[in-house]
Amino acid sequence: MTEKAKTTATIRVDLQLIADMVEPKSRVLDIGCGEGILLDYLNGFKQADGRGIELSMAGVRQAVAQGLSVVQGDADTDLKDYPPGAFDYVILSQTLQATREPRQVLQQMLRIGRRAIVSFPNFGFWRVRLSLLRHGRMPVTETLTYQWHDTPNIHLCTIRDFQLLCAELGIVIERAISLDSLGRPRFDARGRMANWLGEQAVFLLRRA
Amino acid sequence: MTVHDQGAALPGPRFTIDREAPLHLDCGVDLAPVTIAYQTYGRLNADRSNAILLCHALTGDQYVADPNPVTGKPGWWQPLVGPGCIFDTDRYFLICSNVLGGCMGSTGPSSINPDTGRPWGLTFPVITIADMVRAQIRLIDHLGIDQLFSVIGGSMGGMQVLEWAAHFPHRVFSAVPIASAARHSAQNIAFGEVGRQAVIADPDWCRGDYLNEGKMPHNGLAVARMAAHITYLSEAALHRKFGRNLQGRSLTYGFDADFQVESYLRYQGSSFVERFDANSYLYITRAMDYFDLAADHGGTLANAFRGTRVRFCVVSFTSDWLFPTEESRAVVRALNAVAANVSFVEVESDKGHDAFLLDEPEFHATLQGFLNGAAAHRGLPGGGRS
Repeated sequence: MTEKAKTTATIRVDLQLIADMVEPKSRVLDIGCGEGILLDYLNGFKQADGRGIELSMAGVRQAVAQGLSVVQGDADTDLKDYPPGAFDYVILSQTLQATREPRQVLQQMLRIGRRAIVSFPNFGFWRVRLSLLRHGRMPVTETLTYQWHDTPNIHLCTIRDFQLLCAELGIVIERAISLDSLGRPRFDARGRMANWLGEQAVFLLRRA
Repeated sequence: MTVHDQGAALPGPRFTIDREAPLHLDCGVDLAPVTIAYQTYGRLNADRSNAILLCHALTGDQYVADPNPVTGKPGWWQPLVGPGCIFDTDRYFLICSNVLGGCMGSTGPSSINPDTGRPWGLTFPVITIADMVRAQIRLIDHLGIDQLFSVIGGSMGGMQVLEWAAHFPHRVFSAVPIASAARHSAQNIAFGEVGRQAVIADPDWCRGDYLNEGKMPHNGLAVARMAAHITYLSEAALHRKFGRNLQGRSLTYGFDADFQVESYLRYQGSSFVERFDANSYLYITRAMDYFDLAADHGGTLANAFRGTRVRFCVVSFTSDWLFPTEESRAVVRALNAVAANVSFVEVESDKGHDAFLLDEPEFHATLQGFLNGAAAHRGLPGGGRS
């Protein structure tokens, strides 16, 4: 039996924050959905019509074997296939920094979705800044675990960078939450200190 | 005993489309009577919502899970069908019919034309994948089923699945095209042509009239099968199975089957002619060549699926060079373009196109997971291992 009783479930805090932003019974596309933990949660607890895109075949196989609707695909190349407004929410969780064209990906997300939810590690976090300052080497932290030469994170940014890109693209930030180093949602990510104190951030976006 | 000796004696139920409501074919002919031979497994539930149509490939037949009456070998998806299996007969009602144009009990070129009392041969009308599906629709109507829970098939079976989903979306809840494509590629047409020319070049083919002449184009059909069989495998699979291993102790410096791979292919060819009709081979490969779902929809494949509510699971295999992953991906792109509910898995396998018929645990896990998910959405009661 794959149908699980949807009474309680624990998912990563940043995923929980994303899930809380999704209205029940929405059409959702989760880009970079992995084995589908968030999708499974959204389908079960939010009665979502959830779909996923995942780059790794291992992730796709696991997700589909659970009964989720997931296709193997690439955020950089495959979003253009979807029609405008196909989804209520398009989610990109901890993946923006790994795309080749983050700008285009964001624009595509808001073309095919009414809203976009984006979470990413904040390169402006004080530990990251301090690490670079003290050691003079590319920071390796709990959220940025790779060495510079093997990292998939080719477009890291700070919360401030991200806000500026949204402004430039005419994207409206509806909500923004930054999480501290324990993963607790602590600040409005638009706040003055968020770019120092937030280890990661979750943004709810819509078109202007 | 060959398929030609057994003919109408093959076991299993038959359904006949009679002259009052003939089958309208793409070529313009109204064909009747048309017999469709089929097999069923499991039971249709009270609200008739648990039926799965399994569509067989080019040289497959309706005996999915029975010993084949001609060869005595197990059914082509036998391990997948039964209580508690992926196609759980405690849960689903499975149907598989021999395609129109086939030679295992359904009407095809080796059947007797009732107007002449002689085998149709080349006077049989050219059929298409859509015609095969029209015949299946009539069978489903006959069985009293409004909507199939799923249509599932590999290779040419996958073409039928796509045809069902594109033209009869309200009659399908979910669709699983496996190792298939929305059209036959130039390379596939080329391989088809080699096979047909091998048959046609055999003098015993008698311009298609071999049944009336009392002959059989065994050599031609065997060569066609040998060539086709190579396309179903992969270099890695052939190497793993045979390498350059010899049949005997040393080379014979002649043209006997020195290598095991030659002997294997010869066996594949000679056993195939026992169970398949040469003209059926011509007609069915032609139907595959003609298949082009995009062309039927103004050149845009997405148009074939606009507004569809069918849940799709598209599966391909990494080493399949006959229906490569890119063909499946084209189907997925078209489905995404209409925001259809689609899953897509490329299964890693070195077994080539035939992988869909073999023991591939990842493929089976995918199939099982998709069916369980779809069954939950369809409101079918639980069951089946996962």
